Amino acid sequence: MSAAEWQIVWFTVWVAALSTLTILPIGLALAFALARGNWPGKSIVETFITLPLVMPPVATGLILLTVLGKHGGGGWFDFRIVFTWRAVLLALSVMSLPLLVRSARTAFEEVNPRLEQIARTLGAGGWRVFFTITVPLAGRGIIGGMLLAFARALGEFGATIMVAGNIPGKTQTISLGIFENVTIGQNAQAYHLLAASVVLAFIAVWSSEFFLRRKKTA
Amino acid sequence: MSLVLKNISLPLAHFTLEADLEMRQRVTAVYGPSGAGKTSLLDLIAGLRAPRSAFIQLDGDVLTDTAENFSVATHRRGIGYVPQDLALFPHLAVRQNLLYGRKSGETASPLFNFEHVIKVLEIEPLIARGVTELSGGEKQRVALARALLSSPRLLLLDEPLASLDAPLKEKIIPYLARIREEFQIPMLCVTHDRFVALTLADEIVVLMGGKVMQTGAVAEVFTRPANAEVAKFTGVETFQPGKIISVADGLATVNVGNVTLTALAPATESRNVFVCIRGEEVILQRAAASASSVRNRLSGCILSFRPEGALVRVELDAGFPLFALVTRPACAELELREGATVTALIKAPAIHLVPR
Repeated sequence: MSAAEWQIVWFTVWVAALSTLTILPIGLALAFALARGNWPGKSIVETFITLPLVMPPVATGLILLTVLGKHGGGGWFDFRIVFTWRAVLLALSVMSLPLLVRSARTAFEEVNPRLEQIARTLGAGGWRVFFTITVPLAGRGIIGGMLLAFARALGEFGATIMVAGNIPGKTQTISLGIFENVTIGQNAQAYHLLAASVVLAFIAVWSSEFFLRRKKTA
Repeated sequence: MSLVLKNISLPLAHFTLEADLEMRQRVTAVYGPSGAGKTSLLDLIAGLRAPRSAFIQLDGDVLTDTAENFSVATHRRGIGYVPQDLALFPHLAVRQNLLYGRKSGETASPLFNFEHVIKVLEIEPLIARGVTELSGGEKQRVALARALLSSPRLLLLDEPLASLDAPLKEKIIPYLARIREEFQIPMLCVTHDRFVALTLADEIVVLMGGKVMQTGAVAEVFTRPANAEVAKFTGVETFQPGKIISVADGLATVNVGNVTLTALAPATESRNVFVCIRGEEVILQRAAASASSVRNRLSGCILSFRPEGALVRVELDAGFPLFALVTRPACAELELREGATVTALIKAPAIHLVPR
């Protein structure tokens, strides 16, 4: 593989990992609220979170592009998002959030609320209970969900190309790279990236299966 | 301790839990059948459930007052809670479970010193283990120790022995008694087990169908159930409908089946009563009775035997079904057998009349 191809692979892994970490706090908060709370509008929020999973990714990308504006941060940000690596990060985050929320929610639902209640009688406040009881007990499901989200981010194409474009060395991920190479007839380079993508996806999905499966038997 | 529960109303699936109680004894048993709302009552005191209305006060501190929209958060109540399923944290080792709620520094009571609690409950050899490696009785002790180490002002125990088999029960009871003596901590113990209530409690609250049926000293409740439902549940052996024919000098003459009995007259106008007689109050004798102070002498035919530990439960047809608890040697000596005729002696004060 050439230096340019390695750069694409590293950029993809790095930005996918960063997107998984970025969505972690909000993903866990949403998953917990959906698992435990019973509040008005819950089913609406639930549906909205799941939308990116079923909508055409290009459509999601178009929504992001419209919200952010073509030339800036939608007026809210000083710095430019669209057509930068930040746009890649945003697209990957939005597209992979549902997978994290769904796995983490199931994991939270499997934690016996009685354990949390008894932790409270032992003097632990809400945050302490969450981080010392709930999260550790839901840990496998959360890690499994993070790996699934990471795997989804690795392969994201449609939303990314809409908001980040396909700029070599700047916003080009593995999938965008494969697309470009095939379009211009550079099949060898496309196959290199294809191989990298298969290896990465295999590792991510295999390890997420490991965590999600062991959770059930444990 | 003083635990005041006023104006409690908590809607549950099949009924509303209602209570007005004041508990002042060291150990109070909340006694009642399954599904009576006992656990919900503990949850309410611990602040784990939101009631429709409630005023809860522990040793002068208001914990819940719905009228003022006031409620102390669970983790600030200082109430230890050992639930029926024990709720040991499965991802933590025994030591971390024990230390989870431990208070350190000024807030810690010297009474609930780690070494002391560990010694009283004999947990030393378990400390390094994982929670899943413990037996039922060991888990029970660890859960008790964990609650004590949080230096609680009140300890709530939900069916402390329900998950244990009979030999283990007998092993755990002394630990509970030790906690009671060593730590001088008030306990509220939910149980449907008469044995637990009798051995541990100073005072009993009988809860049935979400309502408090009777409150009082243990002996009082077990010998003088307030009404028919309580009597049935507390396990008075003989329980028969009867009718008071006459009352004179504080003694009532009651018709039961086809015989008449003499009992202490109840403080009620009602003529229809349930006649309650505890099995251990019935004396069996082979020959016809000679003169004695015993007011009630009934001739009866033995219908059945059922061994209960050192005792035998004998069912007689004495004009109505009458149960007697006698020792095995007595049973052998009197050559009691099915179909034999015996005389049953029951003192008037041993017959308890409950209005119906």
